[in-house]
Amino acid sequence: MKAAVVVFPGLNRDRDMIAALTKIGGEAPAVVWHKDAEIPKVDLIVIPGGFSYGDYLRVGAIAARSPVMDTIRDRAAHGVKVMGVCNGFQILSEAGLVPGVLMRNASLKFVCREVKLQIENASTPFTRGYKQGQIIRCPVAHHDGNYFADAETLARVEGQGQVAFRYADGTNPNGSINDIAGVFNEKKNVLGLMPHPENLIEAAHGGSDGRQLFSGLLNAA
Amino acid sequence: MTFNNHIAITPELVADHGLKLDEYQKIIQLIGRAPTYTELGIFSAMWNEHCSYKSSKKWLRTLPTTGERVIQGPGENAGVVDIGDGQAIVFKMESHNHPSYIEPYQGAATGVGGILRDVFTMGARPVAAMNALRFGAPEHEKTKHLVAGVVAGVGGYGNSFGVPTVGGEVEFDERYNGNILVNAFAAGLADTDKIFYSKAEGVGLPVVYLGAKTGRDGVGGATMASAEFGDDIEEKRPTVQVGDPFTEKRLLEACLELMATGAVIAIQDMGAAGLTCSAVEMGAKGDLGVELNLDMVPVREDAMTPYEMMLSESQERMLMVLHPEKEAEARAVFEKWELDFATVGKTTDDLRFRVMWKGEEVANLPIKELGDEAPEYDRPWTAPVPPKALAADDIPQMDVADALLRMLASPALSSRRWVYEQYDTLIQGNSLQRPGGDAGVIRVEGHATKALAFSSDVTPRYCEADAYEGGKQAVAECWRNLTATGADPLAATDNLNFGNPERPEIMGQFVHAVKGIGDACRALGFPIVSGNVSLYNETNGRGILPTPTIGGVGLIPDWSKMARIGFAGEDQAILLFGAPDWWGTHLGQSIYLREMFKRKDGTPPPVDLDHEKKVGDLVRILIRDGIATAVHDLSDGGLAVGVAEMAMASGIGATVNQLDGGDPIPLFFGEDQGRYLVTMTRENLEKFYAEIYPYAGVFAPWIGTTGGKTLKLGEARPVAVAELRKAHEGWFPEFMKGEITEV
Amino acid sequence: MKARVTVTLKSGVLDPQGQAIQGSLKSLGFDGVGAVRQGKVFDLELGDADRSQAEANVRTMCEKLLANTVIENYTIEITP
Repeated sequence: MKAAVVVFPGLNRDRDMIAALTKIGGEAPAVVWHKDAEIPKVDLIVIPGGFSYGDYLRVGAIAARSPVMDTIRDRAAHGVKVMGVCNGFQILSEAGLVPGVLMRNASLKFVCREVKLQIENASTPFTRGYKQGQIIRCPVAHHDGNYFADAETLARVEGQGQVAFRYADGTNPNGSINDIAGVFNEKKNVLGLMPHPENLIEAAHGGSDGRQLFSGLLNAA
Repeated sequence: MTFNNHIAITPELVADHGLKLDEYQKIIQLIGRAPTYTELGIFSAMWNEHCSYKSSKKWLRTLPTTGERVIQGPGENAGVVDIGDGQAIVFKMESHNHPSYIEPYQGAATGVGGILRDVFTMGARPVAAMNALRFGAPEHEKTKHLVAGVVAGVGGYGNSFGVPTVGGEVEFDERYNGNILVNAFAAGLADTDKIFYSKAEGVGLPVVYLGAKTGRDGVGGATMASAEFGDDIEEKRPTVQVGDPFTEKRLLEACLELMATGAVIAIQDMGAAGLTCSAVEMGAKGDLGVELNLDMVPVREDAMTPYEMMLSESQERMLMVLHPEKEAEARAVFEKWELDFATVGKTTDDLRFRVMWKGEEVANLPIKELGDEAPEYDRPWTAPVPPKALAADDIPQMDVADALLRMLASPALSSRRWVYEQYDTLIQGNSLQRPGGDAGVIRVEGHATKALAFSSDVTPRYCEADAYEGGKQAVAECWRNLTATGADPLAATDNLNFGNPERPEIMGQFVHAVKGIGDACRALGFPIVSGNVSLYNETNGRGILPTPTIGGVGLIPDWSKMARIGFAGEDQAILLFGAPDWWGTHLGQSIYLREMFKRKDGTPPPVDLDHEKKVGDLVRILIRDGIATAVHDLSDGGLAVGVAEMAMASGIGATVNQLDGGDPIPLFFGEDQGRYLVTMTRENLEKFYAEIYPYAGVFAPWIGTTGGKTLKLGEARPVAVAELRKAHEGWFPEFMKGEITEV
Repeated sequence: MKARVTVTLKSGVLDPQGQAIQGSLKSLGFDGVGAVRQGKVFDLELGDADRSQAEANVRTMCEKLLANTVIENYTIEITP
């Protein structure tokens, strides 16, 4: 499976994401600068974390209106898998590719700690490396991860199996509604999540619970 | 708006620029005429304490700054130390104290930004940050606001930039009520053959400006950093600088890309007194003159005068000398990252520093003398009088378990989780030990086994009581913390924060602390490769506690054998390495006296440097041989607090014995130096005592055993580890409850 | 009584947010936009009956919390 990582100015977990994709997939992803005219033909497009455009105006807002997002929207419509992590999730939500919005953490503070995640829907390309209902460890590091959706959207997201991950065991770090940590689009080929599975993939990280997300994705072409 | 460069230079104007009358006379002597207004500004920037080190230079020269692995010592943007395999670690610590008191968020943020720039200016990609923060008493009306703002500012900048914060210190003392300390540390990795310096080479080459536009930020900032605070502090506010981590991140990527093209001859970041300091330094170091044309400087405000442009401290700016034939390549890099750039001058062969503005020459000064001929003072100093030692029978009593719980819940020793959870501690994916242990550790990306350890240390109350011993202790504790992970301590940076050096007793503290630092660094083979001096940390004539912060770096050859502070398992032996016969004895200046009895008397614990080295070297061998399963050095709070921290980090309890026939208080709470707690399995315990101990020459009694869910110290009642954690984690969030950092 | 407080950066203080927004507007094709500076608006419902008292109270709120007067200015509009 071929992957591409899209980089906007101000992103800073691009190197972490590239390392994870390379170590687990055995092949370095293509790195696409936001101004590059083309995204190569790939099966997976990843928008990593960081602070694109300094998080100015609203998190993800400026990157979401960048021309490269039109290409990503088009690829997603044609079934290419798209994943946004942290700022990538914020960008996808601002671009309307996944439902809901990410607001400032309820604590109003940046939070970096380990949380527990429950796998809510294991029958997607992103989550098939896990068991339904499995609880994994995963770090978070963000200032604006407080997921919110209006009642109607929320009912739809919950009803259609669009919740990918939920904070478990009382570890919701940011006030997200229904403890939602990650959501899919309706077709389940676009995933946005706040936690950083790419930072928990090997012994040096003190665990590898994030690994199956990548191995599940990358090993199935 | 008109600008008159030739206004009369009155004594008031000279004083407003922080220059003494004899210093002004020296200027006249040097240039043979009265300076212009712009020139006066340039002199004030170059000759203030912050840039010239005029009070401290004489003593800084006594510090050891060389070593087998040292590639670059003090004098550049940061120190450079060889870590093998063609790589080097580039690091420095710097203060941003005064700006952080005036505007805590921006002051701390720009402090972090400045130190990161120092590191990547040299061609290194930042891989770790730390910050040592000192605030006033918790009950002081400003403290909460300052804590909230500084922590948010450190996080706001470092997190966006994308560097993991792996360690630091947070401390409270009323002596910082009106003058907090924000000491920021950064370290980066570079290839040893691709280190960049500030020394310009070649005549007639373009001097290029890169980064953010110039505004009036911080005009007079470096002068402020060298002045005592009075009650007119509100008036100093307009000089606040605002940080933009988004631009800094782009500047980092652009600089590293640009360096890879081979276009850069010399580079210098614009820090304090921006354009002035950077241009003068690049020229003076290369024995070249520099001519600047201010009409080319990218500005973001109207009607900026040459005086303001030369003194602006706008952030995220660089000055460099480039190979002219590479200009097109360089331009492509700047444009990709959407950064302002302009050729603002050229190098010359006449050793003059000339500044042109609208066709007028507003400054023309001898460039070498601007830096080298800065006044240097041998300020009078009086040796501090060490306090009286505690009487042998002066041991205030308290229940050991109660004291431990209260100390863990005190502002001095409580968990700093509230602080470090606001910092991104794991970005870059290399953090092996995050805050909360003895030292932060990151692996060296691209290398299979190597890792680097970082620690920042000083015990200001010891320095106040005895500056010489305190200086020694700061170095020794840093060295010890690095050793406790299994690292070889390589080198250190010092950030010396003191009061007004014009007062002989303060200067005496400085001199003694530097002597202590020098002696310890020599004995431990731990050279100082970079640093920063911050003087005049006083409010209304009252100085801060003398605070010489030491930031150290160590190298771990194989991180799979690294030690951590948490107990590694049940039923393991706990040994106390480097203990005196009565395990712990020294209560003078201890946290026990200070927190439980509000007493600040006695001498600080002395550091025996030979002993320190012998014990540390042994502990390091035991870690690398896989004999030690967990290691923690003893410092604030002594044995009781050390063992409690190991229990809390692991969730595993312990039983610690108590010696018969004496007082348990100094045994558990004494702060004798050079001690480590080390655990080992039963098999290794036998092996250690049979094969290693007889030759070690270090006292290392077996004092207890891990296991269970409680901590039992001698005869004291057992305390559940959960109860310890509750006490330890409770204070900080409770203290900060309801404080809003931003609206 | 209601109050609307507008907080803006003092002139001369760097506004990285405004700069980034300006750049984004430009890339979306809005070429005519000069400098952009970002501020904040607060709408407050007040219990005060007296207009000048209300204004004085809001002024104190601005000084103490709503504005960072080191780098920000504020204006207050009171409506019944």
